[in-house]
This record gives sequence, structure tokens and C-alpha cells, in this order.
Amino acid sequence: MLHIVNKSPLERKSLDACLRIAAPGTILLIEDAIYAATRGTEVEARVKAALQRFKICALLPDLEARAVADRVIEGVTTVDYGGFVDLVAEHRNCQSWL
Amino acid sequence: MNFGILVNEGPYQHQAADSAYLFCKAALAKGHQIHRVFFYHDGVNNSTRLTEPPQDDRNIVTRWSKLAQDHGVDLVVCVAAALRRGIRDDNLAPGFRISGLGQLVESGIQADRLVVFGD
Amino acid sequence: MSEEAGSIKKFMFVNRTAPYGTVYALESLEVVLISAAFEQDVSLVFIEDGVYQLKKGQQTKGIETKNFSPTYRALEGYDVEKLYVERESLTARGLSEDDLLVDVTVLAAEDLGKLMDEQDVVLSF
Repeated sequence: MLHIVNKSPLERKSLDACLRIAAPGTILLIEDAIYAATRGTEVEARVKAALQRFKICALLPDLEARAVADRVIEGVTTVDYGGFVDLVAEHRNCQSWL
Repeated sequence: MNFGILVNEGPYQHQAADSAYLFCKAALAKGHQIHRVFFYHDGVNNSTRLTEPPQDDRNIVTRWSKLAQDHGVDLVVCVAAALRRGIRDDNLAPGFRISGLGQLVESGIQADRLVVFGD
Repeated sequence: MSEEAGSIKKFMFVNRTAPYGTVYALESLEVVLISAAFEQDVSLVFIEDGVYQLKKGQQTKGIETKNFSPTYRALEGYDVEKLYVERESLTARGLSEDDLLVDVTVLAAEDLGKLMDEQDVVLSF
């Protein structure tokens, strides 16, 4: 299953809820959630640990807009909107953790 | 593949409407279909033709209208949410139509995937 | 209509927001009722602040807003009987099943995740 998260993990608990509940699958970080994909934040360890259970992707246009595309954690895959579409198509269902 | 889209936030306030639009554009570019975009909650504010952004900003409403015109995307605005917020047939932008929540459920049934954009 | 009539999908509604502070809880409930009318296989999940939607004893007169919580008890009449609450969300809020206004199945996060994986359509409000 594809899990789409759009909230900054530094402000809201959407990503925590997703990591707690979601069965292993793919997580796509979009909008303000892309900060979760960056090095040096207080949630970095949690995200790195989650890479054991999930494929984690982050939307590149959102990373670039927020000037953090050069800080992506190793193991996180960046995708464009076309890649976003592919992820939705590849997975049987999706949940938006808004 | 056939996608259904749900937009739950208004334009300009939240990125949801932009993300949803860019997703639709990318899906169409890849040869997929967008079965329907359903606008709910404050998302109904995407549909008013009274929207007038500054010259140097994107026009989120006409962008949706063009998607309907160029690709036949069905843009459906929830009637109850719309009436609550002063959206009626006479201020609706081209390509949009007002209908019931059944259209959202139908989209969930008929589309291969339903993707939710919101706050 | 013939295509829809024969097609039953698993719809899951994920309720994550507290009532009244935003409109999502109320408008989610409206979609639930419509999907029941389409005779879909509907389940409702309450996690995080969404569990507060089910708190017994809501009195909304003072905020001049309609109290929609009795609707949860009416869901049974629409054949919507699968209501799930995440145990961790309840505990984190100092609540137990006795605080809720309707019968629910309490599930651990992991079991909820598995249930979510089995759905065809997941709508989150």
C-alpha cells in the first residue's frame, strides 16, 4: 500500500501515526512532509529506522521549492509528479495521512 | 489507468489544490485518464469564476477549467459543501458542475485508484 | 447504474480529527452515509484525535453548532457496523471503551494497518 504524508513531522504527528499503523509498504512524502526526508532534523533517526520497513520517497519539486533537495537522507528516493503517478498506479491502494 | 481525485482544501490557502492539479497533469501526460475530480469541504472554493488572482500568480480555477476542456475531466463540486460556502451554478467556472456526494462514492467504485489531497 | 450495482468495494473512512474544531468529522460522516446507500462494504476507523468524535456526552449548545454525535449510533440502521478504534490512540488520550458512545472494536496499531492494506478505497478526513 502507498501511504502519502503531507505534514511536517516537526509540527504534526501524521508521520508518527503512519509509521505506527501502516503495514510495510511505501511512504511518499509531499508538501511540508518532505522535511522528514532531510538530514539533521530531530526526526532523522526515526525516518532512518523506518527505512528498514518501508520504501520512502519524497517529491523532488517540493524539496526544491523548500531549498532542501541537497539534504536528502541516503536511502530516500526522490520522485517527480510523474513518479508520484507511477507510485499510485503500482500500489493496489493508497491512504493520505493528511 | 483511471484515477479519481478528491480535493478537500480551497485554492491559495493550502498546497492541496496545486498538488492535485500537478498530479492530474502528470497522469494525463503519461496516458492515464482522470475519471473525476471531486471537490469537497473548502475544496469547493476551487470552482468559483469570481476568483481573480494577481497577474503574476497562477490562476488555479482557470487551470482546472482548462483540464476539463482539454481532457474532458469531470469536475464535480459537492452541492451541500458548495451551498454552505456561497458557491452556486451562477458563479461556477466553466467545466465544473454541482452534484451530490454520490458522485464521490461512484468515483471510488469506478476509478482504479482514488487519491485524496487535503490538509 | 448496472455496473455500480454489481460492484462492491471495501471503503475505509479514516477519521483523524477532533469534532467541531474543523468540519472534517461531520462531512466525513455524510460521505459514510452516502456510501452505505451505495451498498458498499464500509468500515470506519478512528485514530488520533478522531477518537474524540466518539466521546460520550457532547453538549454543543454553548458553541451554537449542531451536535452530530448521535449519528454514530444511527449508523447501525444503515448497515454500517464495522467501527474500529486504535488502542494506542485511546490510551494516549486517557480514554477507554466505556467513554465511547457506540460499540467499537478496539485494535492494536499493527492489526489496523493490516486491515487498511485490505481495502479498495481509503478516504481520510
